[in-house]
Amino acid sequence: MEWSWTVVLDVMPKMLAGLVITIQATFIGAILAYVLGLMLAILKMSKSKPLAFSVYWSSEFVRRTPLLVQLYFLFYVLPDFGIFLEPFTAGVLGLGIHFSTYTSEVFRAGIENVPKGQWEAAKSLNYTPYQTMRYVILPQAIPPMIPPLANYLITMFKETPLLAAITVVELFNAANIYSNSNYKYLEPMTLVGVFFLLVSVPAAIAANRLEQKFKPEEVR
Amino acid sequence: MNKIIEFQGVSKSFGDLQVLENLNLHVMSGEKLALIGPSGSGKTTILRILMTLEPIDSGIVMVDGDYLWHQKTDNKLEPASEKHLHKMRQNICMVFQQFNLFPHLTVVDNIVQPQVLIKKSNKNDALNKAEELLALVGLEGKESQYPHQLSGGQQQRVAIARALAMDPKIMLFDEVTSALDPELVDEVLTVLHQLAESTDTTMLTVTHEMNFARDFADRVLFFDKGKIVESGPPDMIFTNPKEARTRDFLKNFIGKI
Ligand SMILES: Nc1ncnc2c1ncn2[C@@H]1O[C@H](COP(=O)(O)OP(=O)(O)OP(=O)(O)O)[C@@H](O)[C@H]1O
Ligand SMILES: [Mg+2]
Repeated sequence: MEWSWTVVLDVMPKMLAGLVITIQATFIGAILAYVLGLMLAILKMSKSKPLAFSVYWSSEFVRRTPLLVQLYFLFYVLPDFGIFLEPFTAGVLGLGIHFSTYTSEVFRAGIENVPKGQWEAAKSLNYTPYQTMRYVILPQAIPPMIPPLANYLITMFKETPLLAAITVVELFNAANIYSNSNYKYLEPMTLVGVFFLLVSVPAAIAANRLEQKFKPEEVR
Repeated sequence: MNKIIEFQGVSKSFGDLQVLENLNLHVMSGEKLALIGPSGSGKTTILRILMTLEPIDSGIVMVDGDYLWHQKTDNKLEPASEKHLHKMRQNICMVFQQFNLFPHLTVVDNIVQPQVLIKKSNKNDALNKAEELLALVGLEGKESQYPHQLSGGQQQRVAIARALAMDPKIMLFDEVTSALDPELVDEVLTVLHQLAESTDTTMLTVTHEMNFARDFADRVLFFDKGKIVESGPPDMIFTNPKEARTRDFLKNFIGKI
C-alpha cells in the first residue's frame, strides 16, 4: 500500500470541517458539563438527605454506563417519546451530561476542601448561602479544580468520535465517510490520529502547566 | 439596662454527650462578659449557639427581645426559618480562634466586602470605614496585603476590624488569642480591652487569659460541665470565689493573675 498525497489533499477539506465540529462539540459539551456538574455537586451536598441521595445515585448511574449507550438513547430512543433532537444537539447533550457526573466530583471535592471556618465566618457576617458560595467558597475552591477540569476537557475531546454513531460528521466521521466511499483508509485514518495528537499534546502540556501554577500553596 | 441575651432552660447534646444542661443565663445590654472554665465545659458551644452555628435541643434563647431559634406564627412557637435566622444574625458577629479571614481577598477587601454585600453600604463609605477600623486596630498601611502575609496577631486584628465593620449589637470572641504565638497575644488583647472601654457593644469572650478577663469584663462566668458554677464581678471571682470548684480551677493560673 502506497501513501497517496492526492488522497490527503482530497480528504483534507472535509476533515477540517469535521475538526471544527469536533472542537465545537467539545467546548459546548464541556461548558454544559461544567455548569451541570457544579449544580449536581451543590445538590449532592444538599442538607436534604433524599435529594442528595437521589442525585448521587442517578449521577452514579450515568457515570457507570457507557456514553455510547446514552447517545443512542438521546438520538434513537427519545423520538419514541416525541422528542426529536438534531444529531449535534444530542451529541453535545450526551457529552455534557455524561461528563457532568465526573466534573461534579471535582467540584464537590474542591468545595469540601475549603475549610469549615470559611463557611462559619461567612455565616457570622450574615452572608446568604448564595453569597457564601459566590464570594467565599468558589473563589477558593476553583483554582485547584482548574487542572482536573482541563483534563476532562481533553478526555471529552478524545471521546467525540463516539458522536459518529449518531451521525454527527465530526473529524473521525468525516474521514470515515470518505474512507467507506473511496475504499481508502490509510491516509484518512492516519490523519485523524495526527489531528487528535496535534490538539491533545499541546493541550496536555497546557494542562500540566496549569497544574504547576495551581499547586496548593504551602500552609497559609 | 435591658437583657439583650437570655438563655432559658437551654440544653444541648452532641450524641450521647450532654454539653449544656438546662442552662439559664442572661446578659445585659452593653455588658462585657468573660466566660472561663475547663476545657470541654461548653463555653464555645454557647457562643456557637448565639452565632446560629449550632442549634439547640430544647429551651429558648432570646436575643434583643426576639426568639433566636424560634419564631412566633399565629401565637405558636415554631423552629426558626432560615429567613428569621438571617434577620437575627444582623445583631451578632463572631471572631474565631483561627481568624477565618478570607484568604483570596486583601485585608481591606475582607472588611469592605461584607459591608457592601450585607449592609448594602456604598463602596466609598465601606472603604472609609475599613480605613478607620484598620487604624483603630493599629494596622494602617496593611490594606493591600493578603492575610497570609500578616502575622497571626495582625490577622486576628483584621478579623476584629471586619466584625466591627458590621456594627453588631453583640460581639462574640472565642479564645481569640489561643492560636497565637505568646509574644503576639498582647497586641490583640490590648485592642480588645480598648474596645471594651470605648463601645457599648455587648461583648462575650471565652478566654484562658485570666489577667485579661479581669481587666476586660464587667462580669465573669465560671463554667463547668455545662453549668454555671459561679458568676460575679471579676474582683469577686478572682480574689474571693465562693465555690470550691472555682478555686480549684483558678489555682492552675496562680502566678498568672
Ligand atoms: N460538633 C461537635 N460534635 C461532637 N462533639 C462536640 C462538637 N462540638 C463540641 N463537642 C464537644 O462538646 C464539649 C463541649 O465543647 P466546647 O467546645 O463547647 O467546650 P469549651 O468549653 O469551649 O472547651 P475548650 O476550652 O477546650 O475550647 C466537648 O467535649 C467537645 O468535645
Ligand atoms: Mg472552646
